[in-house]
Amino acid sequence: MKRKILLTSLVALVLLVGGLSAQDKNLSGTITVLTHHTDMVDNLFQDYIKAFNAKYPNVKVELEGITDYATTARTRMNTDDYGDVLMMIANPPIPADFAKFYEPLGQKATLEKTYKFLTPSSFNGVTYGISPNANVAGGILYNKQVFKDAGIKNPPKTIDEFYADLKAIKTKFPDVAPLYMNYPSKWTLNAWEGNILTVAGDPDYLNKLAHMDDPFSPGKPLYTLYKVMYDVVKNKLCENDPLTSDWELSKQMLADGKIGCMVLGSWAISQVRALAKDPENIGYMPFPYSIKGKIYAQVAPDYQEAINVHSKNKAAAKAWVDYMLDDSNFAVTTLSIPTKVGAKFPSVLDAFTNLGVIYIEAKDPPKAEEGLTDKIDKEAEIGLWNEPWKQRIVEAALGSSKETYDDIMKDLNAHWAKARASVGAK
Amino acid sequence: MTSVFHPSYRNEKRLIIVLFLIAPLVLLFTFSYLPIFNMFSYSFTKWDGLGEKTFIGLQNFADLFTREENYKVFKVSLYYFAGSFIQLGLALYFATILSFEVKGKSFFKGALFFPNLINGVAVGFIFLYFFRDTGTLNTLLRLMGLGSLAQLWLTNPDLINYSLTGVSIWRYMGFNMVLFLGAIQSISAEIFEASELDGAGRWQQFKYIIFPSIRPIVELNVILSVSGSLSVFETPYIMTGGSNGSMTFVIKTVELAFTYNKFGLASAMAIVLTIFILVLSGLQKLLFKERA
Repeated sequence: MKRKILLTSLVALVLLVGGLSAQDKNLSGTITVLTHHTDMVDNLFQDYIKAFNAKYPNVKVELEGITDYATTARTRMNTDDYGDVLMMIANPPIPADFAKFYEPLGQKATLEKTYKFLTPSSFNGVTYGISPNANVAGGILYNKQVFKDAGIKNPPKTIDEFYADLKAIKTKFPDVAPLYMNYPSKWTLNAWEGNILTVAGDPDYLNKLAHMDDPFSPGKPLYTLYKVMYDVVKNKLCENDPLTSDWELSKQMLADGKIGCMVLGSWAISQVRALAKDPENIGYMPFPYSIKGKIYAQVAPDYQEAINVHSKNKAAAKAWVDYMLDDSNFAVTTLSIPTKVGAKFPSVLDAFTNLGVIYIEAKDPPKAEEGLTDKIDKEAEIGLWNEPWKQRIVEAALGSSKETYDDIMKDLNAHWAKARASVGAK
Repeated sequence: MTSVFHPSYRNEKRLIIVLFLIAPLVLLFTFSYLPIFNMFSYSFTKWDGLGEKTFIGLQNFADLFTREENYKVFKVSLYYFAGSFIQLGLALYFATILSFEVKGKSFFKGALFFPNLINGVAVGFIFLYFFRDTGTLNTLLRLMGLGSLAQLWLTNPDLINYSLTGVSIWRYMGFNMVLFLGAIQSISAEIFEASELDGAGRWQQFKYIIFPSIRPIVELNVILSVSGSLSVFETPYIMTGGSNGSMTFVIKTVELAFTYNKFGLASAMAIVLTIFILVLSGLQKLLFKERA
């Protein structure tokens, strides 16, 4: 009798221990995951699926890489069929509509203890999306050798120093484009917006924009930032034929020293390093603007993982989201900034640390003003992260249009003020 | 003796016609008429694509006519409009010569039509390389010693629309030519023989025999070219994205819809363009009828 009890309890113990560390066979079904990482679908994400299936063997994960992600996702969101897990897009849908499209992931106050950057994907205290990685929103990716050979010893600390450096490169190497604009790709012009908080030095600046009628006036951050874009093109410190530039080629050209630098977010560092003979030769420096001796850099989340509110497999979808956020180490693998509270920044940003750069995150707007700046922005048909007005600036600098920089800025102010009035902002 | 299961010959014929027509009609309705009808209703609303649709009546249309950019884009259409006449002229010319005995006739027909078969995106990329500062055209000019003629074909705002119109002509001329060829070949060979016996030259043959016979096709091609030049989209969108002064009406519409999420306004623009083309086509038909 004693033996029987001993044996039974031993077996039970083994089963218990085994069950604790083993797979969850209860979770089953197929989930479709939409992602904008089209370059990782066939390699990195396959590894993730394998690891995920080790824990959840009965869940089948189907990946869908989408190239023009935001527009395609928006169109699909007019139906119920937009995957089970997707990368969250906003504006549209406006924050007030998040609950119509995305499954709530939890209370913001609770999730904030574990994850950062929840503001853009939350509304009314509920979070609908969490990003697995963040990036420095804006900075300058440069070829160290080109700068060194042109006689530049230290990264520029002011915009005038920056101009001088670019001129030095142009003088020393007439065939090298000091700063490559990449004007046809459009999004490359939008990358400049990542530097706005660097120039503003104020985490609350984006919210303040909703309360001013003239954000594009001289002396204000937007004016200062984009004047650099204008001046670089006007003074021919960019490529000779801006209309035929090519993003894919430009990465290789930067890696090979045919380009001095480009204005990009920190996500681009690993992409260009992969193409360079000596990866350490590709450096990343903050935008040359300091306020009272201090340099600021904005850290912003990448697309957030979200769950389709119409999903038939929410539990499995949640399991995948949790895997991406907690177990995949996605941020570390892609050399971006992890979003977990207290996580270390990647070593590619050591240069920033050495310069004493102060990292800032965009501050939450007051509850009543969630989404207000974006609303005014869209109504004004400007688009702080859209390219038409930036193309306008480049075209004016090229001489294609008869406008001056101030003409454009005045026009943008007029549109902004009109939009503010039309949405009733105070 | 006829019943549902044993229809008469006439009814059977009708049934077959209806069944065969259902498929294309369903497709036509689903992918053409239904979207146009929906777009018509969107044009009276303010809508960002995902949120609520707010009814605002004719405000979008009023807004359109006060926008300065719209007049700029019509100016750009004029380049393509003028280009379409060059295109038709060339098409008619080649169709005429190639309908007579010419060495290598088939080769030329194929070569001239070939551009029409290439995908629009591929054409865009070919010519992006072609027009680069270090690209095909400039390199060729420099090789021939005409380096002084080398330009920044796309970056120069005065040249960009000419360059893009040229691409358009290159691409679509073959299509017009083939239509003309087909029409010319339907003219009876006896008439040509008779005219040659009478001593008619090539130009006379064209003026008095060919042109009158292919009038309907010319009319069709003019309508296609005019409406095509107003709704130019693919070539400039792929090559320059509508930047540097090459923005056309349709590119502006797409920008309003997908960059600024103003679907109501964009729908209104599309409706205005449709009405404009319908009116123009109607006018052309009237003009041609009068002559006859």
